[in-house]
Amino acid sequence: MKARVFVTLKPSVFDPQGRTIAEALHSMGYTGVGDVRQGKYFELEVDAKSAEEARTVVGDVADKLLANPVIESYRVEVD
Amino acid sequence: MKFAIVVFPGSNCDHDAHHAAKHVLGQDAEFVWHKDASLGGADVVILPGGFAHGDYLRTGAIARFSPVMKSVKAFADAGGPVLGVCNGFQILLEAGLLPGAMLRNSGLKFICEHVSVRVEQTDTPFTGACRQGQVLRIPINHGEGNYFAPDDVLDRLERDRRVIFRYVDAATGEPTSAANPNGAARNIAGICSERRNVVGMMPHPERACEPILGSGDGLVLFESVVRALSAAGAVGTASR
Repeated sequence: MKARVFVTLKPSVFDPQGRTIAEALHSMGYTGVGDVRQGKYFELEVDAKSAEEARTVVGDVADKLLANPVIESYRVEVD
Repeated sequence: MKFAIVVFPGSNCDHDAHHAAKHVLGQDAEFVWHKDASLGGADVVILPGGFAHGDYLRTGAIARFSPVMKSVKAFADAGGPVLGVCNGFQILLEAGLLPGAMLRNSGLKFICEHVSVRVEQTDTPFTGACRQGQVLRIPINHGEGNYFAPDDVLDRLERDRRVIFRYVDAATGEPTSAANPNGAARNIAGICSERRNVVGMMPHPERACEPILGSGDGLVLFESVVRALSAAGAVGTASR
């Protein structure tokens, strides 16, 4: 089963990389682009019998390793 | 007295810490590989700077799962003095031995320069020989030293006097925004654990132990822990 994990900085955490990207876009003429937040994307192959089981495993993995709960939150997709 | 210097794949200040403990201070010092379960009866543990596991995923995120970290946690829980420098501080944060997390430097640049840090508290094993308010000139060398914690955690750290080092202006000794090299919350350069025996800091005292290296200001941290352990009767006993 394939799972995707999207890790992003919490809204309260300043993202200097995102801001630099936004400023670069503005200097390129993309003035319609507002805030940019940079994150991480993971693809996992999971040996599981159901989507629920995969989701549980991946949630566990994200809690323990992929995301740091002090500064990041995450979202899981499974298919 | 025996120093254990933990070596992760990618540590690069391990030899500096070893040199400071063994050759500058004349203490016993040994390297401990991150896969070892034992700290070899050490009296003080140093997690050195570097790029453990290449800083993959997040700084310190993989290193916290190294086998040796179980022993480091047990050692810390028993009240043993632990100093995490730079990447070692980042590992302590990821391991939950200290609160908070590191973000990219606010200016996005990797910074390698001498900074001024003020000793905020002297009741830790690593600052006991300092004067309160003493300003030390010590180098920093990092890309992710922008200390972050939620406001309530920062308030609690301040209330419990757990902010141990702050970046300050060299002339005035005040924590100005211009003196903050990386955007760290409240100019925080180092903090300690609730029991005060675990200290994490971004500046590198082990690289500032001899005047020939540009500054000898970092030596006082090592002298502090030797003094603290001597007072506790740990010299030569390898009690742990």
